[in-house]
Amino acid sequence: MILDGKCPTGPIEKSWDKHRFEMKLVNPANKRKFKVIIVGTGLAGGAAAATMGELGYNVEAYCYQDSTRRAHSIAAQGGINAAKNYHNDGDSVFRLFYDTIKGGDFRAREADVWRLAQVSNNIIDQCVAQGVPFAREYSGLLANRSFGGAQVSRTFYARGQTGQQLLLGAYQALARQAKAGTVKLRPRTEMLDLVVVDGVAKGITFRNLVTGEIETSWGDAVVLATGGYVNVFYLSTNAMGCSVTAAWKASRKGAFMANPCYTQIHPTCIPQSGDHQSKLTLMSESLRNDGRCWVPKRKEDCEKAPADIADEDRDYYLERKYPSFGNLAPRDIASRAAKEQCDDDRGVGPGKRGVYLDYKSAIDRVGEDTIRERYGNLFDMYEKITDENAYKQPMRIYPAPHYSMGGLWVDYNCMSNIPGLFVLGEANFSVHGANRLGASALMQGLADGYFVIPYTIGNYLATVKPGEVKDDHPEFKKSVEEVQGRIDKLMSINGKRSVSSFHRELGKIMWNNVGMARSEASLKEALKLIPELRAEFWQNLKVTGDKNQRNGQLEDAGRVADFLEFAEVMTTDALHREESCGGHFRVEHQTDDGEAMRDDEKFCYVAAWEYKGEGKAPELHKEPLKFENVKLAVRSYK
Amino acid sequence: MNLTLYVWRQNGPEDKGKLEQYEAKNVSPDSSFLEMLDEVNQELIEHGVEPIEFDNDCREGICGTCGCVVNGIPHGPQEKTTACQLHMRQFKDGDSLTLEPWRAKAFPVIKDLAVDRTALDKIIQAGGYTSAYTGEVGEANQTLISKPDADYAMDAAECIGCGACVAACPNGSAMLFTSAKVAQLAVLPQGQIEAAERVKNMTEAMLNAGFGNCTNHYECQAACPKGVSVKFIAKLNREYIKALPK
Ligand SMILES: Cc1cc2nc3c(=O)[nH]c(=O)nc-3n(C[C@H](O)[C@H](O)[C@H](O)COP(=O)(O)OP(=O)(O)OC[C@H]3O[C@@H](n4cnc5c(N)ncnc54)[C@H](O)[C@@H]3O)c2cc1C
Ligand code: SF4
Ligand code: FES
Repeated sequence: MILDGKCPTGPIEKSWDKHRFEMKLVNPANKRKFKVIIVGTGLAGGAAAATMGELGYNVEAYCYQDSTRRAHSIAAQGGINAAKNYHNDGDSVFRLFYDTIKGGDFRAREADVWRLAQVSNNIIDQCVAQGVPFAREYSGLLANRSFGGAQVSRTFYARGQTGQQLLLGAYQALARQAKAGTVKLRPRTEMLDLVVVDGVAKGITFRNLVTGEIETSWGDAVVLATGGYVNVFYLSTNAMGCSVTAAWKASRKGAFMANPCYTQIHPTCIPQSGDHQSKLTLMSESLRNDGRCWVPKRKEDCEKAPADIADEDRDYYLERKYPSFGNLAPRDIASRAAKEQCDDDRGVGPGKRGVYLDYKSAIDRVGEDTIRERYGNLFDMYEKITDENAYKQPMRIYPAPHYSMGGLWVDYNCMSNIPGLFVLGEANFSVHGANRLGASALMQGLADGYFVIPYTIGNYLATVKPGEVKDDHPEFKKSVEEVQGRIDKLMSINGKRSVSSFHRELGKIMWNNVGMARSEASLKEALKLIPELRAEFWQNLKVTGDKNQRNGQLEDAGRVADFLEFAEVMTTDALHREESCGGHFRVEHQTDDGEAMRDDEKFCYVAAWEYKGEGKAPELHKEPLKFENVKLAVRSYK
Repeated sequence: MNLTLYVWRQNGPEDKGKLEQYEAKNVSPDSSFLEMLDEVNQELIEHGVEPIEFDNDCREGICGTCGCVVNGIPHGPQEKTTACQLHMRQFKDGDSLTLEPWRAKAFPVIKDLAVDRTALDKIIQAGGYTSAYTGEVGEANQTLISKPDADYAMDAAECIGCGACVAACPNGSAMLFTSAKVAQLAVLPQGQIEAAERVKNMTEAMLNAGFGNCTNHYECQAACPKGVSVKFIAKLNREYIKALPK
């Protein structure tokens, strides 16, 4: 099937305004009759729930944490982009649009990216009105900094806690609606199925994580804003509870999974220290504004203390390879470069999987106090984890799985191929192409939640009769039985291995074979290993405790079971995409000096995979990408 | 290193609960406190014992999900550190640790170390926001905010809503938590218009949710992983007096 993104036609500068005008509206008096289910209360879901509550819809908001304030958006450190051009340094909506398209290695839709750049400025206005304490200059004006992959200063930030502050803004707006009674909050719930009636999304089935009860809820539309899936690698910068479960359940009900092989490996994370490790910690990319990446030129020097290695014996490899972007080269490029140095046996620290990020010259230039003001909390966090003082010696960093550019397929209205199912934020595939630029995920989450879905969902609901299907419909009963059946199966295996041992093993398979460098052989190997591990999982898993109660093991087991299915689609996508683009690097497709080589003739499309049943190969559908405002070009940061 | 744990086990809100003894063996000093618990849990699972339930998510000290009382101190001995960021090198081989949930009237135990903190959300719902509708709200740089005010607001906004301050307080008061939000919004022009209503409603909601009152013990500040200062409680009190009918 050839998919249609339903993008508006005509000049791109006018596309969103024109589309907004052409969309149908719901009569204000009718809005409260429509029930909207929103799963996820991160930036995308939280903003959407608050805004739709304000508009008068009858909203229910679900999240697995104990409070809607704790979604993983909270962990974002660095900042959020907007095309305000406050610094008069040549920024504009067009430049943000252009940078995002190019940064994504020409694998995103132009119209969606344009809209994102356009509403970026509204986001900052909105957050300031909510009392988000962005950093300020002494003049009282908002402060900006430049951030990975951009040559202009367009990033707004709140100390090292931008995500937290933006999320609290959305959370507080949501709290206001909860008090007003327009939004009903359902924390500590996990969506375990999408209910589809006659091909249309009509509700969800979920588990109450406190009582273990399986419940259902009907909705005239269902919105998923459930975040990303890089915990498929086990060790990642994501929170422990982040999973593909909601998206995967939707996929099993017919929603297409788009570009699942596009995953982002972030260059600046604290290297793994041992087998006990449960997650990897990101050090904000803003650190690369002042830090310089290097490894010893000679293998023999790797064991030496960094201070004992003379400047001329250091290889500042990013500055060497990419003179014009240097340490600010985009993430995929910086990550691969770090891996290359370590593969060349010049890495540092435990297992020699690490590179230095050095502040010495910045401290000499602006003083330790300025560096402390800029990055103090990050240096503290680094010290807590590694017991090393980065003011005195360089940090050690290594790339780690961080973000998923792929996700459920959506059209320009953020609606999936299942009518009534909308997908926002990291959970959809829409704007970042094959690589995401720094500080643009927060922007996308809030754009989708505050400024896109409130319009586009109205356009859909205007065609629906409110409350036409409720949870007395037989499909709901069927869904509960399925969910209950799967839980009973998990509880009854009674094997020998714990959930986390399976998750670790899956993570290893994915990191070694479907990680930063992928080859036909490694991908085929993964496609052999994943089903084997899945088979063992269903025979040898041990889940303790009771299903009718809080049970963390059972929650994890369900998530790992879904990762074990999803991993196969992700690998299949990586195998089919015989080109290198952005975060997807196929070793067979590189230039002589090791840069990614795209194949626009064959692969300038979105790959959307349809689930065909357990053990069956998924079916590929394509949405061709057209570039009318930016010329397809080789992405160079030299 | 090897440690002995005494862990509060409580099988649901109605259960009485008791301390159980476990051994944590071969713990790496580089592992975090929660990773140490993961390993203890792995062993329990292997022996068919239900693992210790505790809340956690980000493991980066920012989401505010984790937390338990370690040897009487919420989040454990290291200053300004959440339980997930606490590393085992802070302890010695042979140490004994007692792990208990947050204890406060407003935080019923769900299971083992996990408690229900919905009461904190209720306080925010009572007024911890500005009533800005999504839409045309005016250009961001039209309202200047001095850097000291912005920094003050940010210091208050550091609160991650973990509830350690409540667990530390002899009265089970949520005053530090409440004051942090009141102060953040009161110092910003965007929040000033609703300041009087906010401080009244939030304080009332705090008391209604079962939290105690503040009698200046300052245990909260000592326990707070984000270094939220009791100066915000003084600010709340000033705001409260300003809001009283004249
Ligand atoms: C450490 C870190 C630092 C980052 N720094 C930056 C940065 O500086 N700038 C930037 O732009 N981006 C950054 N990012 C990326 C960005 O934070 C995320 O991509 C973005 O916040 C995702 O928002 P979201 O709303 O889509 O999802 P999330 O915030 O992940 O929210 C997902 C929500 O879905 C809920 N949920 C999930 N599954 C279920 C289910 N089955 N049932 C019920 N609820 C469910 C969760 O409870 C949660 O509420 C960072 C990411 C990380 C991990
Ligand atoms: S004030 Fe400190 S201790 Fe209290 S909830 Fe906030 S962060 Fe936790
Ligand atoms: S788990 Fe998020 S603060 Fe500890």
